Amino acid sequence: MSTTGNILFSGVGGQGILLASEITAYALLAAGFDAKKSEVHGMAQRGGSVTAQLRYGDKVYSPLIEPGCADIQVAFEMMEAVRYLPYLHKKSTVIVNTQKILPPSVATGQASYPENVLTELTSLDVKVVRVDAFDLAREVGEVKTANVVMVGALSVFLPVDSAIYEEVIEARVPERFKEVNLKAFAAGRKVSV
Amino acid sequence: MATNTSDTIWLSGNEAIALGASEAGVKVASGYPGTPSTEILENLSRYEGVYTEWAPNEKVGLEVAIGASFAGVRALATMKHVGLNVAADPLFTASYTGGRGGLVIVTADDPEMHSSQNEQDNRNYAFAAKVPMLEPSDPAEAKEFLKDAFALSEQLDTPVLFRITTRVSHVKGVVERGVQQSSAEAGIEKVPGKFVMLPAMARKRRVVVEERMGKCREMAETMPCNRIEPGDTKRGFITSGVSYLYVKEAFPEATVLKLGMCWPLPENLIRTFADSVDEVFIVEELDPFLELHIKAMGISCHGKDLIPNQGELNTAIIRTAIDPGSAPKLLPAVDLPPRPPNMCPGCPHRGIFFTLSRMKVFVSGDIGCYTLGFLPPLSAMDSTVCMGASVPIAHGMAKAIGDGAHDKVVAVIGDSTFFHSGITGLINTVYNDSASTLIILDNRITAMTGQQQNPASGGNIKGEAAPAIDIEALCRAVGVKHVYVVNPHEVPETRKVLKEAMERTEPSVVISRAPCVLLPEMKRKKPVIYFTNQKNCVGCMSCIRLGCPAISWTPFGEGEAEARGYKKKQKGISKIDEILCNACGQCASLCKFKAITQGEGEK
Repeated sequence: MSTTGNILFSGVGGQGILLASEITAYALLAAGFDAKKSEVHGMAQRGGSVTAQLRYGDKVYSPLIEPGCADIQVAFEMMEAVRYLPYLHKKSTVIVNTQKILPPSVATGQASYPENVLTELTSLDVKVVRVDAFDLAREVGEVKTANVVMVGALSVFLPVDSAIYEEVIEARVPERFKEVNLKAFAAGRKVSV
Repeated sequence: MATNTSDTIWLSGNEAIALGASEAGVKVASGYPGTPSTEILENLSRYEGVYTEWAPNEKVGLEVAIGASFAGVRALATMKHVGLNVAADPLFTASYTGGRGGLVIVTADDPEMHSSQNEQDNRNYAFAAKVPMLEPSDPAEAKEFLKDAFALSEQLDTPVLFRITTRVSHVKGVVERGVQQSSAEAGIEKVPGKFVMLPAMARKRRVVVEERMGKCREMAETMPCNRIEPGDTKRGFITSGVSYLYVKEAFPEATVLKLGMCWPLPENLIRTFADSVDEVFIVEELDPFLELHIKAMGISCHGKDLIPNQGELNTAIIRTAIDPGSAPKLLPAVDLPPRPPNMCPGCPHRGIFFTLSRMKVFVSGDIGCYTLGFLPPLSAMDSTVCMGASVPIAHGMAKAIGDGAHDKVVAVIGDSTFFHSGITGLINTVYNDSASTLIILDNRITAMTGQQQNPASGGNIKGEAAPAIDIEALCRAVGVKHVYVVNPHEVPETRKVLKEAMERTEPSVVISRAPCVLLPEMKRKKPVIYFTNQKNCVGCMSCIRLGCPAISWTPFGEGEAEARGYKKKQKGISKIDEILCNACGQCASLCKFKAITQGEGEK
């Protein structure tokens, strides 16, 4: 087995997944790791189910995570936490935002939103971290920082000092949003600790 | 752009190619947006010292680059894989002319069709057009190889194809900054024997093409980008592009022949490698391109007998293809409601497709965000083939049907796609006189690929003011007598105009004009939110049928309708999500019960 760490981000187009994976990657790079990230643009981004795959280690070859090899999944939406189960393994950690975004078939009354997503996950023996990212983001004053709350929750599980994340956030977020994003990061971190 | 160290930078393949083009001293770059190639020119436009532009299509883009090469400077053309079909005409003859300054054409292929209508393998173009092709594996190589491609182009006087795939374009990795190369000065030099491809000259250049490719084949034997990585010789892997990375992870101990140039092939190097191993495996995405040419050398090898010829590869696919039974046991997938892409809340296209979905008409569609009009609940697109095809396909159907076809077929095309290759179809419709109606969805931008300017948008690639071509005047100028302009957010009014246009027995054009909601100026606007006055909602589902992501349906439980003061038979109510709503008002224009009102309202 390789010593490469694999993080799978999943969610719905428009949730800020790309920025979240970007902040995480820059923090890993700043901590001295090699890192590769893969994502898909274009048609796939229009409100559909999206993923970003981030791999880090001494030397990363493939930009794609193998099925059964995601060490951590960060799910930005509840149902999107179980869409990629074949990517997980028994020791995976799944960090779930409890927010629900209804897919078209549910919004138009033709299908129903799956119940008990969290129980289903827990029954698989994987470690589940539940994050009310939307509420936490609202509490810090900007609902759009829910993605950074998720970065905070994820950061606890990575071998990177929190000060490095803070530097990355400061460098990558516009001046007027810095404070609220740092608060969002701290709020997310608190959930996992 | 944060840095890892002062000399390295973390870039996507496309960003790395832009940096490579800048370091190579490229003077002129042109192309047409197309996933996964778009960000190359977008990024390059931010560098000093290089002229960049969006061309109306890939053929024009390549011809612009050929012109710059003829003027003596380094020139770049970028496009997605299907764009090279459009640009194939100039490519095949530029192969004969060569240029003066280096000429590199980036083709970004999309195995798995993440955002494409087919997954053609453009390595075949290198063989067919008789030009070299380089194929990097990751962003770091993409930058270096691009500079090598310009050197090779100038050394051999040939255009060089540069193939990337989605997993190079949209993968980020660590890239080393390089040295800025100086660029040649432009000037006029007449070289008719090389640049005027009349038959007499072309026959002479045809000979030069063969000599050049022979020389290139010899160079391939010792090029540093073609290399043998020593290892266990029981299995030897020949691979290129992103597949190399998967091989390195799946079989880290094995010896590998990595081909950085996938055409022409280094026959002696391949033979030496094949002789040194017990078994040869060729690992490549899509077509058996390397395999066919290596088998033609008389070398026996495994290839597509094991490795899939469809879709993307990855480490697991390669490992299990070669060592069946090595796959780990995976957690089973669960059955979930699908989450397909959808038009954005407030998208102006939705109104048009809602109207079309209620008409008995064949909708000949085209390539863009609006292709999503195919998906339920709108389901209002009946064909999509390639850029610009909507117009001639509607005309062809109308001609086949004959009399009475005028209200049975409509073509739907976006503004950018219309300029790309829709206009020639419209000229044909007028010239050869069919009565099909063309709807031009003018949302003032090239939206699907992420907001690129186009000839009608009033801006250039840098966002500076540029002449905006008047679509209405253009349609009239080619002879369309009936040109209408509608606001698609006013759904009933749009339906009226569409019906009128379709009843005409002469060619007609309906321009559906409303800006894309993702335009920065639209995002800055604080929208007046529409509320659902739920006490007025009768549960007719008119708004739900729009399929807007901001509108959802809450079904009533047993006895709930009456308990909440609604009619007993009402099945549920609609609700608008204030955060998602972009205030287009399409739903309000459809609601007959004042349940959807603007601004203040009861939620």
